[in-house]
Amino acid sequence: MHARHARYAAFFLLMFSAFTCMADKGEQLYVDNCAICHGHQGQGGVGIPLGLEAFLAQTPDEYIRRTIRVGRPGRIMPSFYRLSNQDIDAIITHIRSWRDIRAPAWNASPIKADAVKGKVLFDAHCVSCHGKDARGGKGTGLMFSRPRDLPISPPSLNNQGFLNSVSDVMLKTIITHGRQQTPMPAASQFGLSEGDVNNLVSYIRSFQKTMMTGEQIIEEPAVIMYTSAYSFDKTLENIKRAVDNNKFKLIDFSTEDKGTAANNTTEAKVYFCNYDLINDALAIDPRIGMFLPCQITVVNYNGVVQAMSINPKRLSQLFNNDELDEACQVMHDTYSKILKEATQ
Amino acid sequence: MKRLRNFLMSFVLLVIGFPAQAIITGELIMLRSAKQYDVAMENLQSAIKKQGYTITGIRQVDEGLAKSGYKSDKYRIVFFEKAGEVANLKKNYPEISPYLPLKIVIFAEANETLLVTSDPAVYIDLFPDPRLQELFRRWHQEVTGIMQNVRDSK
Ligand code: HEC
Ligand code: HEC
Repeated sequence: MHARHARYAAFFLLMFSAFTCMADKGEQLYVDNCAICHGHQGQGGVGIPLGLEAFLAQTPDEYIRRTIRVGRPGRIMPSFYRLSNQDIDAIITHIRSWRDIRAPAWNASPIKADAVKGKVLFDAHCVSCHGKDARGGKGTGLMFSRPRDLPISPPSLNNQGFLNSVSDVMLKTIITHGRQQTPMPAASQFGLSEGDVNNLVSYIRSFQKTMMTGEQIIEEPAVIMYTSAYSFDKTLENIKRAVDNNKFKLIDFSTEDKGTAANNTTEAKVYFCNYDLINDALAIDPRIGMFLPCQITVVNYNGVVQAMSINPKRLSQLFNNDELDEACQVMHDTYSKILKEATQ
Repeated sequence: MKRLRNFLMSFVLLVIGFPAQAIITGELIMLRSAKQYDVAMENLQSAIKKQGYTITGIRQVDEGLAKSGYKSDKYRIVFFEKAGEVANLKKNYPEISPYLPLKIVIFAEANETLLVTSDPAVYIDLFPDPRLQELFRRWHQEVTGIMQNVRDSK
């Protein structure tokens, strides 16, 4: 009798500890990898909300699993190739623990309809939020802290990460019912029939390329560097003037490194800003501070005077954000212009 | 039941411990602190000092924005380095200078605080000189340590 009890107890303890362990592992993994963007309770932030009833009710686990694996190339959400299958399952268990809602089953059956008709409907009803070619709204996610015209930025629907994660049936469910508590309306609000919804599904699916394309990393040099035709002091003066010419405000200027740098190296830094640009950039990606303040370094290295800055295009590659890449192309050209003006 | 659970939990924690998970997504290190901005900022500054670094400057991006008529939240950039280390490095590698000193971006989002920095391990790609690899690896350890310290501070 005792032995049987003990066996039950041992079995129970084992099951129980396995369960709590899995749940806590999932929570920790979620905190370390997802909470930064999606919030501790899935309330959203840089990323869109994951904790809403409508989302959890429409979303099969397989969609979340695939999303974690492939991310959203160019839309901030990284791909987590380092996480094991067990890790991913633990994260999903944690996300499911927020609400008592059963995940729908995964259904991969294709929906075949008319993508051309779908495009007409999309351009009439969806393009205002999801953008041309379903590329997504400006900015991503939800940032209560910054003014936006919508509380949640409409996600990209032509993103290969999204298309490689979502099934036709899931697309149909989302479009039919919309997502309560988010700006995403239900098809009935536009008077769309089931056939219309199927056409929309086909149109969105038409953006999928056969395979996930790997990120194309073009090698960019780390710094933009120009050798100056002028003396150290003259180059420094030129930089300040060029900064002003290009509508930036000089905010600071230091030669403090002069004494500490080795005898054969003299260095000065010029810091400058343009608050209109910063404000625009913050709306694109709140992590933009990693590029600030704008800075040009002038060095005299063994008698050769060089002026240089970071290469924003190289740094931008860390952020997985196409909009930021565009802004960084502009910044790259501006830096190059200032450096050229000052050194040639 | 609750007591049994707590007991079991402390046991499980004791035996396994929480592995110190890296908070690395891609090549950025990011952290969401449930603390108010001011507290998180204090945690950050003491974590930086604890790793043996000196804070060389704090930029107030929001103040500049406010002066230019923008509404925004608390947003700062904290710069730090180890005394002498950076100057010594620039002596031979002036092209690293635009990326230095190291920095962590910290900003408020409602009642929470977000911290972002680039993983110094990316410098291994940016400046592939073999003589620098060990230094960048150490920076990686130390900056990760700073972020974990902020995460775990009470
Ligand atoms: C660096 C920020 C960031 C991190 C870290 C991040 N995400 Fe995301 N996530 C996003 C953004 C932004 C989107 C929306 C993409 C868009 O706008 O097209 C998104 C979208 C998603 C979606 C699709 C939601 C929907 O409504 O279909 C899921 C699911 C998701 N993320 C899960 C996760 C999980 C799980 C983790 C942790 C393993 C994670 N994310 C980590 C930023 C992030
Ligand atoms: C008023 C703006 C708005 C309109 C109009 C709109 N959407 Fe959305 N849509 C959103 C937002 C915001 C979300 C993200 C909801 C969330 O956070 O879960 C979304 C989500 C979606 C999703 C899920 C994407 C994902 O990553 O989870 C699909 C699919 C979608 N919309 C399709 C459509 C289609 C098709 C139409 C036109 C019939 C449409 N939407 C019209 C704002 C809109």
